[in-house]
Amino acid sequence: MALLEIRNLSVEFKTSSGSFRAVDGFETSLDAGEILGVVGESGSGKSVAFLALMGLLPWTATITADQLSFDGRDLRSISARERRRIIGKDMAMIFQEPMSSLNPCFTVGFQIKEALRRHLGLDARARQARAVELFEQVGIPAPEKRLSAFPHQLSGGMNQRVMIAMAISCKPKLLIADEPTTALDVTIQAQILELLTALQRDTGMALVLITHDMGVVAETAHKVSVQYAGQKVEQQPVADLFATPHHPYTAALLSALPERAVSRRLPTIPGVVPGQFDRPQGCLFSPRCAHVQDRCRTDPPPPGGPETGFARCHYPLNLTQEEKA
Amino acid sequence: MLNFLLMRILTFVPTFFGVTIISFAFIRVLPGDPIVVMAGERGMSQERYDQLYHQLGFDKPVISQYFDYLVGVLQGDLGNSFVTKKPVWDEFFSLFPATLELSICAIVLAVVLGLPAGVIAAVNRGKFFDRLLMSSALIGYSMPIFWWALLLIIVFSGMAGLTPVSGRMSLMFYFDTPTGFMLIDSFLSGQKGAFVSAVKHLILPTVVLGTIPLAVIARQTRSAMLEVLSEDYIRTARAKGLPPLRVNGLHALRNAMIPVITVIGLMVGTLLAGAILTETIFSWPGIGKWMVDSIFRRDYPVVQGGLLLISVMVMIVNLTVDVLYGLINPRIRKT
Repeated sequence: MALLEIRNLSVEFKTSSGSFRAVDGFETSLDAGEILGVVGESGSGKSVAFLALMGLLPWTATITADQLSFDGRDLRSISARERRRIIGKDMAMIFQEPMSSLNPCFTVGFQIKEALRRHLGLDARARQARAVELFEQVGIPAPEKRLSAFPHQLSGGMNQRVMIAMAISCKPKLLIADEPTTALDVTIQAQILELLTALQRDTGMALVLITHDMGVVAETAHKVSVQYAGQKVEQQPVADLFATPHHPYTAALLSALPERAVSRRLPTIPGVVPGQFDRPQGCLFSPRCAHVQDRCRTDPPPPGGPETGFARCHYPLNLTQEEKA
Repeated sequence: MLNFLLMRILTFVPTFFGVTIISFAFIRVLPGDPIVVMAGERGMSQERYDQLYHQLGFDKPVISQYFDYLVGVLQGDLGNSFVTKKPVWDEFFSLFPATLELSICAIVLAVVLGLPAGVIAAVNRGKFFDRLLMSSALIGYSMPIFWWALLLIIVFSGMAGLTPVSGRMSLMFYFDTPTGFMLIDSFLSGQKGAFVSAVKHLILPTVVLGTIPLAVIARQTRSAMLEVLSEDYIRTARAKGLPPLRVNGLHALRNAMIPVITVIGLMVGTLLAGAILTETIFSWPGIGKWMVDSIFRRDYPVVQGGLLLISVMVMIVNLTVDVLYGLINPRIRKT
C-alpha cells in the first residue's frame, strides 16, 4: 500500500465575497522512498493542498477528499490530538521563508529540541546529543555553538538547514518541502537541494518537493505532478514528462525553460492564472492554450488515464499512434 | 548588557535636571501666594509677611532660588513642607508604600487577568468569547472611575456588607508599621484578623484602580496576538505537532508580549504617580491625594519634591521595561 494516498482533495476558503476553491480535485499517491515534484505557478494551489494534508490551514478552509490516507491512517476522521502526534514526527514540512519560519524569541536549539521532547520524549542530555547530531547531518558547522544562536544571528541558508534538521529530527516517513529554495541565493539553493536529496537517499523517506522551478524538478524528482489553477493537470515520471508532455500547459512550461529555447526570445504563456471571479467555463487552461478548440471552452475535461499522464485535456499532445487509436 | 544598562542610566542625568526645572517652574507658574494661603482667613500683618517672604527666600531672584533648590536636591535635601514643617522626603516615604501597595495589587490584577483574556480573545477571534471579552473590556475602559467605585461600594459594602468602605485597616487593630505595606505589617503583627482586614480593605480599591489597565492590557494583548498568530513561525510551531496551549501561550505570547510590555510599563508609571480619584474615594492615604492637597496649599517644596520623586520612580520603571525588552526580545539584546 502506498505511504500517501490522496484522492479528489478539494480545499475551499470562505471569503467575504463567497467561497473560493483553491484546490480542486487534487490527487496523488506516493510510496516510501519516492520523490514527488509538484510544479505550478503561484496560486495554483500546490502549497495549499499539502498544508491541508498537514492540517495547517486556518479555520476558514473547508477540506473535502474521497481519500486522504497516510501510512495506513485516514487523516479525514482523525482527531486534532491524534494528528498532532503524526505531524512533526512521521510527516514533517519545511517552508519557503527560512528567516520568518523560525521563532525570533527562542534559540534554534530550543526550537529543535522541542520536537525531540514532544515526540520522542528524550531527556535533556539525549536531546542535546541528538540536536548536535542533526546539525552535523544537515551540514551546520560548530553545532554546539550554533544551538544557542537566535535565528536572526544566522543566514537564510543556515536557517533553512535548521528547519530541515528540525523536520527530520524524528525521522519522518514523509518530508514536504514547500519551495525550500525560493528565498535563497542561487548557490545556496543548489546546496540545500543536494542536502535534501542526500537525506532522502540516506533515510529512505518519501519527499514532496513543491516548486515552480522546472530545473529543480528535473534534477531531483522521480515523478512530477503539474498543478494549474487548483487542479492537477498532469502527472508522469520525470523523464517521460520532460520527453513527452501530454498536457499543453506542461508543454508550454517546458518550452519556456531557457535551456530549451529555440528562438532568441524566450517563449512565454500569455495571460494569467484565472482567479476567483474569472474562471472559464470549460477547461481552465483554455484561454491561454495554444491548441484550444471549441469543445475546450465549454466542457471541462476529466483527468485522462495513465497512458496520457492523467492529463486533464480533450486533446492530449505527443500521443503514439496506438494511443491515438 | 552592562554597557546597555550604564548607557541607559546615563540618560537619566539630563532627564533628572529637566524634571527639577519643570517641577520648580510648574508650581511657581500657578497663581496664588503660599504665604497668603498659610495665613488663612485670619490674615497677616505686612511685617510678618515680609519676614516670611525673606525667610522662605522669595526675595531672591528666581534663578538663585532654583540653584538653592538644586543644591539641596543634589545633597538629598528636598526641603520641608510649608504646612507640616516636616521634611518632604519623610512625608513622601511615609505615604508612598500605601500607593505602591495599591498599584502593585492593581497591576498584578490587570496583568493576571488581562493577558489570558487577550490571548483567549485572539485565539477565538470573531467568536463568542472574543466578543464577550472585548465588549467587557470596552465597558471597563469607558467607565468613569468614580462612578464605578461608588457602584462597587454600594453593592459590596452597602448591600452585601462584605468589604469596608474606606481606609487601609480596621480601627480594631493597632500595630507598628515598619514596612508601610499593610499586607506585610498586618501579617507580621500576628494579630488575629488583621491580615484579613488588610486584604478586605484592598479589594475594592484594587479592582477600581485595576479596571482600566486590565481593559487596556486585554485589548493590546489581543491585537498583538492576532498579528503574531499569522506569522510563519507559528505555522512552524504547529507543524511540529505542538499542542495549542504551547503554540499560543509560549510561541505566540512571547512575541506578542513585546508591545504589551510597553503598555504595562506606561500603566505602572501612571499608577505610581498616585491614583487621585481612587485614593480620594477610598480615603487611601497615598501620594496622589497628598500631591493634590499640596497643590491647593501652594506647598512649594512638597509639590517640587513630590514631582521629582515620582519622576524618578517612573524613570526606574522605564529602565526596568527596557531591561525586560532585552530579556524577551533577543533581537535588541546585542545592540
